[in-house]
Amino acid sequence: MKPAPFAYLRPRTLEEALEALAANEGAKVLAGGQSLVPLLSMRLAAPGMLVDINALPDLGAITVADDGVRVGALARHAAVLADEGARRVQPLLGKALRHVAHPTIRNRGTTVGSIVHADGAAELPAVLRLLDGWVEVASVAGRRTIPAAELFVGPLESSLRHDEIAVSATFPGLRAAEGVAFDEVARRHGDYAMCGVAALVRTEGKQVVAARAAYLSVEDVPTVVDLTAALADGVDTASLAAAGELALAHLEPVADLHASAAYRAQLVRVLTRRVVEAAHADALTRQGVAA
Amino acid sequence: MTEELHEIRLHVNGTSYALTVPGRRLLSDALRHDLGLTGTHVGCEHGVCGACTILVDGAPMRSCLMFAVSAVDAELTTVEGLADADGSLGPVQQAFLECHGLQCGFCTPGFLTTITAGLRDNPRPTHAEAREMVAGNLCRCTGYQNIVKAVERAAELGAGR
Ligand SMILES: Cc1cc2nc3c(=O)[nH]c(=O)nc-3n(C[C@H](O)[C@H](O)[C@H](O)COP(=O)(O)OP(=O)(O)OC[C@H]3O[C@@H](n4cnc5c(N)ncnc54)[C@H](O)[C@@H]3O)c2cc1C
Ligand code: FES
Ligand code: FES
Repeated sequence: MKPAPFAYLRPRTLEEALEALAANEGAKVLAGGQSLVPLLSMRLAAPGMLVDINALPDLGAITVADDGVRVGALARHAAVLADEGARRVQPLLGKALRHVAHPTIRNRGTTVGSIVHADGAAELPAVLRLLDGWVEVASVAGRRTIPAAELFVGPLESSLRHDEIAVSATFPGLRAAEGVAFDEVARRHGDYAMCGVAALVRTEGKQVVAARAAYLSVEDVPTVVDLTAALADGVDTASLAAAGELALAHLEPVADLHASAAYRAQLVRVLTRRVVEAAHADALTRQGVAA
Repeated sequence: MTEELHEIRLHVNGTSYALTVPGRRLLSDALRHDLGLTGTHVGCEHGVCGACTILVDGAPMRSCLMFAVSAVDAELTTVEGLADADGSLGPVQQAFLECHGLQCGFCTPGFLTTITAGLRDNPRPTHAEAREMVAGNLCRCTGYQNIVKAVERAAELGAGR
């Protein structure tokens, strides 16, 4: 299990990295390598060149503003998880990152890398999609911003061009009267989930005025479903069950080695109930309203 | 076509080594084959088993998921670097010995490095935290009971201090 030969470049400036990508059609970016190196070792990918971005300056920053958290391309999952400001401004980040692999993988893997890798079973793409975040990408032609809704186009396929580097991802912050929650079911602790759900609920008093959930590992891409209609008359056992059915009406669970489509559908029901209820409780707690 | 080679230096356990490797040389293979540091073991070679775990600037990482050429700016610690200067066992190693935390020893280097860093960050783990600390490493023969006991014993021996 060894990678096929490739040319290796370790640029010290972003310009140098972008020029190398522009000049070499077959070049790939190497960030944390926690997804790419296994693909190379199993020879599922054999790019002619790797452009290692680990020596680029200034890409590791995690910047916290009131309206969101901007995560630089070299910020490791572990650094984002440990960042108190990031967890405060958008608590969903911490809730989801805890489920990404094991700490040892999080020490090397980058949050931005996991987003542009666009695995339908990964947590962070679903979180970015739910929050309507975006990534900023750079190429020799300049910079552009890609909203999450336009980023995940297919299984392991993002809308980045081959000559672009994602320099940051921005997760909008939690707003007043909003609550969030995350949960997933995996075969083993630290494994990719068979189904995962992130939810964002907005309330007025106890009333739900908006509820959305993002599903990972259910389809090939992260999918967001608006559940407000099911919860408009209150949050109880019946309406939470209705939310699960509403979600399923918009989802086509895939079958694979790990779970059948029917089992995934059942996980959608169970996790929707659990996670939406928790996000609602979170919204009320933050406002000091008893559930 | 001959493969391009890179002349690099790696800093391992306080020693600086010069080596010449292709870009695709996994860090785990560079340690074992180029530097002869065979304490680092290779099991799955795709990040799952944890046998190849080393410390990169103090943080546990999978050496099978890094390229040697990408590790040039880092301070690396392998299991060979965990013993005390006089060659006697470090506290985590001592705890494994006392608690029968290893049988065949294949997984052990990865556990020792992971726990060394884990106890540095959390010197007095609860039982649940001790279990969580080793949750990313696989052992196929000893079983985890004694390994978790070894984590707790290493904490008693002051591994984190
Ligand atoms: C054992 C194991 C378990 C795991 N479990 C999970 C899990 O449960 N959930 C989860 O979400 N992930 C999991 N991962 C993957 C991990 O989260 C990776 O860190 C992440 O998917 C990719 O980030 P990276 O920095 O390692 O990217 P790399 O592996 O370096 O790159 C991945 C891909 O993205 C591209 N890329 C990376 N960064 C950029 C950039 N800035 N600009 C342009 N292209 C870029 C690369 O070219 C490559 O195609 C697991 C990995 C392992 C080994
Ligand atoms: S050999 Fe690296 S994790 Fe298994
Ligand atoms: S001691 Fe044999 S695999 Fe762990």
